[in-house]
Amino acid sequence: MSWFKRVKEGISTSTKDKKVTPDGLWYKCGRCKKATLTSDHVANQYVCTHCNYHHKIGSREYFEILFDENSGKELYAHIVSGDPLEFTDTKPYTDRIVESQKKSGLEDAVRVAHGKINGLPLVVACMDFSFIGGSMGSVVGEKIGRAIDYGREHKIPVLVISKSGGARMMEAAFSLMQMAKTSAKIALLGEEGIPYISLMTDPTTGGVTASFAMLGDFNIAEPEALIGFAGPRVIKETIGKDLPKGFQSSEFLLEHGFLDFIVDRTELKTKLTTLIQLLTEKKARQKKEVEA
Amino acid sequence: MSTFDFEKPIAELEEQLEKAQQIAEKGKVDMSASIKELEDNILKTKKEVYKNLTGWQKVQISRHPDRPYTLDYIKGIFDDFVELHGDRNVKDDLAMVGGIGSIEGKTYFIVGQQKGRNTKQRQMRNFGMANPEGYRKALRLFKLAEKFNKPIVTFIDTPGASPGLEAEERGQGEAIARNLLEMSKLKVPVICFIIGEGASGGALGIGVGDRVYMLEYTWYSVISPESCSSILWRSWDYKEKAADALNLTADDMLKNGLVDGIVKEPLGGAHNNPEEIFANVKKEIKKATKELRTLEPHDLMMQRIDKFSNMGVFNEEATA
Repeated sequence: MSWFKRVKEGISTSTKDKKVTPDGLWYKCGRCKKATLTSDHVANQYVCTHCNYHHKIGSREYFEILFDENSGKELYAHIVSGDPLEFTDTKPYTDRIVESQKKSGLEDAVRVAHGKINGLPLVVACMDFSFIGGSMGSVVGEKIGRAIDYGREHKIPVLVISKSGGARMMEAAFSLMQMAKTSAKIALLGEEGIPYISLMTDPTTGGVTASFAMLGDFNIAEPEALIGFAGPRVIKETIGKDLPKGFQSSEFLLEHGFLDFIVDRTELKTKLTTLIQLLTEKKARQKKEVEA
Repeated sequence: MSTFDFEKPIAELEEQLEKAQQIAEKGKVDMSASIKELEDNILKTKKEVYKNLTGWQKVQISRHPDRPYTLDYIKGIFDDFVELHGDRNVKDDLAMVGGIGSIEGKTYFIVGQQKGRNTKQRQMRNFGMANPEGYRKALRLFKLAEKFNKPIVTFIDTPGASPGLEAEERGQGEAIARNLLEMSKLKVPVICFIIGEGASGGALGIGVGDRVYMLEYTWYSVISPESCSSILWRSWDYKEKAADALNLTADDMLKNGLVDGIVKEPLGGAHNNPEEIFANVKKEIKKATKELRTLEPHDLMMQRIDKFSNMGVFNEEATA
């Protein structure tokens, strides 16, 4: 027999008396679980101030981080997906597209913009994982292709920020051919001697890894990103063993010679500026000027 | 010879034919009329069955264990073949074979995935799943072909690039990506044939050609129907549906403008008459080479790049 007996079941505070914590005031790190003021977290470019965990962000945030104030201008924003195969699995592809567009507020899994970073011109194609897992279909291939063409026409360096689960199955062989298409565009850019920088972020896998992501004159990555061709689950099933710790991480790729360097997001703009400055022999704006 | 479910009507008739022939051999009864009738019937049924194959049935034929593999095509088509080994970095990948050979005095570089016929060979060839060193060996041979101004023929037959620890350590993604870039820039004709399975990046890694042909009963897509079923339907049971949805047959791929032509196979598939398929492929190689050789090297490259650049379906809304 218990000494205390619960008189009433459940939570008895009525909704109107509940104390509300303002939404989004605190950010709790997905890894170390420690809390940071959201404003501090944003100021630190969505990198945990405690454990340096790079929270997944989208094209909007990357453009904000990279471009000088008001210099970024979006390109090719109105290219949207077709449904060449009238593909239906558990639901029609067209429904998936519309749902994803509503949920993410994006047209597809990549956005392109040109602008200045510390005064130096740059065209950036940045993938969005929130749109069908950042998968590459015809729209992604076309927009990345055009971003590269833009760089070639205007003779400015190209940066592609990858974040993708791979090819978009619902476009089957059309999505496969985007690998050849984007790679061919990079070949043409290379003939002109214009720098192409590939930044790989968590995760970069499948057909994206096996095409434009690995073809940078400079292959760089954020820390601890998953980067690979085959997914970890597939490899585990194939070899029938657990994968070693740190397998397919940025650090693993650096060790095996597939990255030039790993860069913290907070250092990204500075490091890119230096690199582009060295390659183009154009002078970037001084730091003081930028802050002013 | 193994039979698929849809080939059962043929197999039954063939069994009857065999019985009739046995009776005829024993001598007593004249069976020639019914034998003739059965033979006609078999041919008719075969034609009927192979005319109406579903996507999944074609996938099954593409994997038939008796189908000719890359080295069979090389032997059947080219003279004086000399196999060339190694990527000059790590090792020789036996899942990717290559070398140099000739057709009517004209030299070609040849590369392709190779599957094995028995358990031991299959292991040795890693089921036709190449590692990074395989793609780098292929690239080395492509560059040699360019250096000596010889056309390139590739034979594609793979369930995919090898997924494994070592493949990732040595940069499977980078190896395939590099081939896509370098192949698009080659200044010599590149002629590709899907002779069995054309699975994803592993196939495309030797598939950026001026002409890409699919044999009649092969498939080419971004993923196998089984894996597609397991990912999108979360079950292995929807492979037939997935095969249809993926539009992976030669007819579909040609209709969608993703390949340049189809090579007819003998009735019942390439394994029913290898000599016939070798002759058909050889004819296409000669024809394509002749056409492509009329182009200036730079135009050839640009035409190839434009072809792949135009692949994709999207809508562009008018900008405000």
